[in-house]
Amino acid sequence: MAFELPKLDYAYNALEPYIDAQTMEIHHTKHHGAYTSKLNAAIEGTDLANKSIEEILANVSQHSAAVRNNGGGYYNHNLFWKIMTPNGGGKPSGQLLEAIEKDFGSFEQFKETFNNAAASRFGSGWAWLVKQENGKLVVGSTPNQDNPLMDLSELKGTPILGLDVWEHAYYLKYQNKRPEYIDAFWNVVNWEEVAKRFSA
Amino acid sequence: MKFSLPQLPYALDALEPRISKRTLEFHYGKHHQAYVNNLNKLILGTKFENADLETIIKEAEGGIYNNGAQVWNHTFYFSSLSPNGGGVPTGPLAEAINESFGSFDAFKEKFSEAAATLFGSGWAWLVKNDDGKLEIVKESNAGNPLRQGKVPILTCDVWEHAYYLDYQNKRPDYIQVFWDCVDWNIVGGRF
Repeated sequence: MAFELPKLDYAYNALEPYIDAQTMEIHHTKHHGAYTSKLNAAIEGTDLANKSIEEILANVSQHSAAVRNNGGGYYNHNLFWKIMTPNGGGKPSGQLLEAIEKDFGSFEQFKETFNNAAASRFGSGWAWLVKQENGKLVVGSTPNQDNPLMDLSELKGTPILGLDVWEHAYYLKYQNKRPEYIDAFWNVVNWEEVAKRFSA
Repeated sequence: MKFSLPQLPYALDALEPRISKRTLEFHYGKHHQAYVNNLNKLILGTKFENADLETIIKEAEGGIYNNGAQVWNHTFYFSSLSPNGGGVPTGPLAEAINESFGSFDAFKEKFSEAAATLFGSGWAWLVKNDDGKLEIVKESNAGNPLRQGKVPILTCDVWEHAYYLDYQNKRPDYIQVFWDCVDWNIVGGRF
């Protein structure tokens, strides 16, 4: 079964002014679209063709660079579109907020840690909020399209929030000013969806 | 040693329409400048405070390496280009390319492929090995072949910031115009 490029739950211009419509459209149709078709090409006719993306990533060290790069790119962008919404921003609540306060001290401290991870990732990659197997929340980053579900990743666990810091995610609007893009991101975070992933 | 941003050897709009003035304003004026500034801050009080860039590239790690190599890489990249670029190399470089790759077209195809397939941010390089032979290498992020004892002859920056304003996801289009900007007199002189 081939993987499909998912539709977005909102219009390309819905995240304006934080993320512009042109960036969203190219990011979704071209970048995510290319990861999807290249992943399908890499697994076609192999025993990976019947596996879920999570299963593929869990043993990705045994597969080709094409599976690692495009499988990661496919999964990461799926998550990224879901954890954003035009009605986003603010703070989490309930159990997720409690867990964040327990593991980071406060929501503000969590945000600062996450901002640092996103700003200091050199080159292309992702910043993550990850739920570890023991339930603890940690923040970290991965290079290129790697992610915490991959067996070869140093940062391991279930990603519940992710921020794309490849330059293609922000260059048309923010150019070299990655920190401004990171600041803007907090206005569109879908905390309901992040909480759902936390409780899953 | 305090590093400073070297002069761009042409005007910011000189490579239009292949590489836009806007791209160079950011690429040279912001990115290259930021690597210089970061490096100057990071080396203070370290053993690299008085080192030259080549020493930093060969011996440093982490932020000092990343910023030092990026200063060098960008200076090298910008000075490989010219508004009067394009065409083909001549003389000893042309002969060495033919010897190592069969023909200039075969070299161009192989270098373009290396630049197009480098995943994430990085650089495609033409380098000279110890034995005088030419080789194409891909380096991620700030990677610089001097660290492996290879001599850089030509490089193409494939960080998205090098082309995203002009070409967005179409990296191969950028690589194609890159060839029209390469100044083979300068590149041949390095060889």
